[in-house]
Amino acid sequence: MRNTGTLEVTMKSDREIVLKRIFDAPRRMVFEAMTKPELLKRWMGPRGWELVVSEIELRVGGKWRSVLRSPEGKEMGMSGVYREIEAPVRIVSTEAYDDYPGTETVNTILLDEANGKTTFTCTILYPSKEVRDLVVGSGMEHGAAECYDRLAEFLLHPEPRSMECGA
Amino acid sequence: MMTSNQMDATFAALADATRRAILLRLASGEASVNELAKPFRMSQPAVSKHLKVLERAGLISVGQDAQRRPRRIQAARLAEASAWLDRFREFWEGSFWRLDDLLAEMKSSEHAAKRRGHRRKAS
Repeated sequence: MRNTGTLEVTMKSDREIVLKRIFDAPRRMVFEAMTKPELLKRWMGPRGWELVVSEIELRVGGKWRSVLRSPEGKEMGMSGVYREIEAPVRIVSTEAYDDYPGTETVNTILLDEANGKTTFTCTILYPSKEVRDLVVGSGMEHGAAECYDRLAEFLLHPEPRSMECGA
Repeated sequence: MMTSNQMDATFAALADATRRAILLRLASGEASVNELAKPFRMSQPAVSKHLKVLERAGLISVGQDAQRRPRRIQAARLAEASAWLDRFREFWEGSFWRLDDLLAEMKSSEHAAKRRGHRRKAS
């Protein structure tokens, strides 16, 4: 088991990306931090960004919505629907960016607890391999340094600055 | 290799949010002007204008079907044009470091609350 603080990014299939990270806290706390707007606002977003809107209807079929604001004041909205909720173990939800129709993902978050630490696993299912490659980059984990990831990031966040699976 | 003029055209084409969104849409498969106009709630001429810019920049090409004229993404040019950081990872790493801090704070305030509870019980 790796130490806390290391983010693992792997490709599970053509259309999936898996993020794994260990947190030094029980999973009920991690679950709370990922499902309460006032807590989400304190951590979600890259450095310098601010989560200015966080709305969560935590029930199956309930909606969530987030708006991130860049240091330059540019806003990026995303939203989705909760499909499965099993507190504090599992959340399945959809996610789509306002500006990019047709690229909705299905995100499955699993929280495993052992010895007071929580292993967070988020599987992001993209609508196609091409979208996945564009959004995160096929070369990321394999070191091939293909440029899709960078391109995708530029497509999504074009501002030149140092810079998501929503909860 | 792209000439610097081609590079400029590519970057200029990418500098527009609608055109970036169209490219992302085309990444999931080719589409006709009609099919692109719908999700973006734009008129066909407006979409055609963006497509022309993308085509000139070498970012998309027109497929064989003369009737439908489907547009498809040109991966090679995209790859050539890329020179950006891996921000996906950075996004999550930045967020999670802050989450670490928040969790530490939640743990210590719960701990403090428990201790206050014990003290109250003891007195």
